[in-house]
Amino acid sequence: MIASVKHRKGGERISNRDRLFYLLINLFVGLLTLMVLYPLIYIVSSSFSSPAAVSAGKVTLWPVDFSLRGYQAVFEYKSVFIGYRNTIFYTVVGTLINVAMTMLAAYALARKTLPGRGFFTFLFTFTMMFNGGLIPNYILMKDLHIINTVWAILLPGAISAYNLVVTRTFIQNTIPDDLLEAAQIDGCSDTQFFFQFVLPLSKAVMAVITLYYAVTHWNAYFKAFIYLNDRSLYPLQIYLREILIMNSMDTESIMDPDQMEAMQGMADLLKYSLIVVSTAPILCIYPFLQRYFIKGVMIGSLKG
Amino acid sequence: MHSKRHTLSRRIARHWQLYLFLLLPLIYLLIFHYYPMTGVQIAFKKYSARLGIWGSPWVGLKNIQKFFNSVRFTTIVGNTLRLSLYSLIAGFPLPVIFALMLGVMRNERYKKVVQTITYMPHFISVVVLVSMILQIFNPILGIYGKAYSALFGTAAPDLLGSPAALPHIYVWSGIWQSFGWDSIIYVAALAAVSPELHEAAQIDGASRFQRVLHVDLPAILPTATIMLILRTGKVMSIGFEKIFLLQNDLNLTTSEVISTYVYKVSLKASVPDFSYSTAIDLFNSVINLFLICTVNFISGRISETSLW
Repeated sequence: MIASVKHRKGGERISNRDRLFYLLINLFVGLLTLMVLYPLIYIVSSSFSSPAAVSAGKVTLWPVDFSLRGYQAVFEYKSVFIGYRNTIFYTVVGTLINVAMTMLAAYALARKTLPGRGFFTFLFTFTMMFNGGLIPNYILMKDLHIINTVWAILLPGAISAYNLVVTRTFIQNTIPDDLLEAAQIDGCSDTQFFFQFVLPLSKAVMAVITLYYAVTHWNAYFKAFIYLNDRSLYPLQIYLREILIMNSMDTESIMDPDQMEAMQGMADLLKYSLIVVSTAPILCIYPFLQRYFIKGVMIGSLKG
Repeated sequence: MHSKRHTLSRRIARHWQLYLFLLLPLIYLLIFHYYPMTGVQIAFKKYSARLGIWGSPWVGLKNIQKFFNSVRFTTIVGNTLRLSLYSLIAGFPLPVIFALMLGVMRNERYKKVVQTITYMPHFISVVVLVSMILQIFNPILGIYGKAYSALFGTAAPDLLGSPAALPHIYVWSGIWQSFGWDSIIYVAALAAVSPELHEAAQIDGASRFQRVLHVDLPAILPTATIMLILRTGKVMSIGFEKIFLLQNDLNLTTSEVISTYVYKVSLKASVPDFSYSTAIDLFNSVINLFLICTVNFISGRISETSLW
């Protein structure tokens, strides 16, 4: 009995009654994974099929009559191009603002000796629990005269309290007090300490919050939906909503009028390709950065 | 007394650079979070754009009473509660069970692939998620429609236009999207279990299933309790984005929730009532705040883990 218990991983002997259990678990997990995967495969396969195969509902697993016409249509669609360009702008500039502001606040709030630290931290975390609501925020945007400008997208939500707590916790846990004391003895000011030590040592958490903020910007539609009505400022998600959910094809924006008719028949194919084109950037990057995303959840769970 | 104040001001002075770091974030916080909170007063006023937030006349509790007496009050609050309680009850256990199963798996490569795939839907935007639902559940063209007519020989019912089906679609698409990601925190808790506990259980002749029940499960139970308590605190908040996109005229009897109703009586209405919608928002926020505080208090008592 005791002899059969070796070290875990690899060397462990499996008894017969456990073998069935392991088998069942592996099967069940496999089944769940397939259930997650199937809709994704279905969308991607449809997007690579021919318009006829899609409208006849022939696609079940793999592409039928492989074609790239859906993608061709997407790239000829002017609104998608505008939306893509705007979303990249909002994501890059918005994330820069987010990370800069979060680092500023997190560094100061991570210092245990800072008078008023608890009060300031509370001011930030309280925003997670209570906000003015739709209309007071809307009136504020109006009073600031930033409705229908890029600032309505970039400024509200510049600091997420959750990300701030994650960053502050990380700085507190990774940068030893001794380092600060030693630096202070050498005459290092708080600002110098931030640039010379805190920033380089916080690369991991900055990667985490950069990803979180960037994904949020990429996927957001609410602020644009409420605060923008100038079509040239719309992010991709707003155009996606129009095309994918409200079924309104902006036929005037098709560059080649001859294609209009063909386009109508391709409406469904276009949708599948559009889903792929809009989501692919994130899903392609994500597996390589998975460990950073997961790290964020771990640090966040330490407190809050 | 005097010297104490003296040292405090010296401590503040010593940290002046840190306050400079905080300056910009605090200005942001005051403008974009705390200033709008003063706007909440229009819930008790008859707001007019001309007179502004501060100049509009007070009307007391009239707006909130209007909501309470509205014929739609019970439907809207009921829909909000139904969707969130259903999400909680159906969605809470699965990540826990999934993490336990991942913990049992011995093939590390297989496990990595499973994790990568199941975490993936977390990154899909709500717009794309809802349009995937619309495509897949299309009664004529979607895979659901095709499968239904192949199985039963009749045309498939339109699930998206059905008030009875909407809560299921809302909740299960949410579970599809998040059960993998939500399991991360439990996987982390499992990784902290000492291998010696497992070895000891094995010496006692415990099967792997028994070890799941008596070693793994107790190890994640504290984390699960906290997560459950925290989620209970959010039971009155159904976010606007997803449910709004799933709404159509046919399913409105179960899909109209507080956040969408607030939007419809204000920004979308032909005669916008800013005060009325703010009153509804406030009613919702106050309940949420109360729930979170209560739940946080309980959580602090039980597990010494609290939000602040």
